[in-house]
Amino acid sequence: MREDRKKRNRRSRQGAGTAAAAGGQNAAMALENGTLLIRVPEELDHHSAAQISAQADEMIRRQDVREVVFDFSGTMFCDSSGIGMLMGRYKIMQALGGSVRAVKVQDRVERILLLSGVMKVIPVERV
Amino acid sequence: MKNQMRLEFDSISANEAFARVAAAAFMTQMNPSMEEVADVKTAVSEAVTNAIIHGYGGGVHKIILTGEIEDDWLMLTVEDQGVGIADIKKAMEPLYTSRPELERSGMGFLFMEAFMDEIRVESEPGKGTRVFMKKRIGCQEA
Repeated sequence: MREDRKKRNRRSRQGAGTAAAAGGQNAAMALENGTLLIRVPEELDHHSAAQISAQADEMIRRQDVREVVFDFSGTMFCDSSGIGMLMGRYKIMQALGGSVRAVKVQDRVERILLLSGVMKVIPVERV
Repeated sequence: MKNQMRLEFDSISANEAFARVAAAAFMTQMNPSMEEVADVKTAVSEAVTNAIIHGYGGGVHKIILTGEIEDDWLMLTVEDQGVGIADIKKAMEPLYTSRPELERSGMGFLFMEAFMDEIRVESEPGKGTRVFMKKRIGCQEA
């Protein structure tokens, strides 16, 4: 019985650890052949946008990034902070001679991107 | 139908999600469309983000969100006791931001205006800011 409890404790601790890690790294990022793919979280607001921007900029500074691709397939919410995040990366990549794209954008997010005018400078592909 | 609510919470960015979800939960009794819920969530998120970034400049103080339902009207206020806005007209101009170094798009008020039927801002430098928003629910074309 004690053994059981130990196992349970360990499992719950591991669970907590994973959750904390996920919270600290909201955006899954992968760099391949100069393309930085960023999986945008379900809700893109000031809170999550600040985290993604900091992580992306760190990658751009350290690695050879020529293109940044934002994957919006799992994103249901976006506000003006998301626009700031996209425009900020666009400016950085433009200064470095690179580019930025948004892909797999769903209806609601598309409406926000359209309204903001960001689609005039950043290519956007629907889901 | 009449109903009221009032919430007070800290001005930390994690509460942006809390505030918009609370507003969305409050309006469910009005039987809104998904579009209407999304509109309100975006507007609340913008107002609360403004209070956190501009009102309190990143410091931790209190933000008050109130909601009121009267028949098919939803009324929300977001209130801070931060620095206030000297020139409200200028603050509401699209693309204007008082903090360009923070990568703000300058579209917060634009989105609030686009997604709500009415928005009004009351502010006094040194005293704080109150944003009133109003939206009629259940009257959208299908």
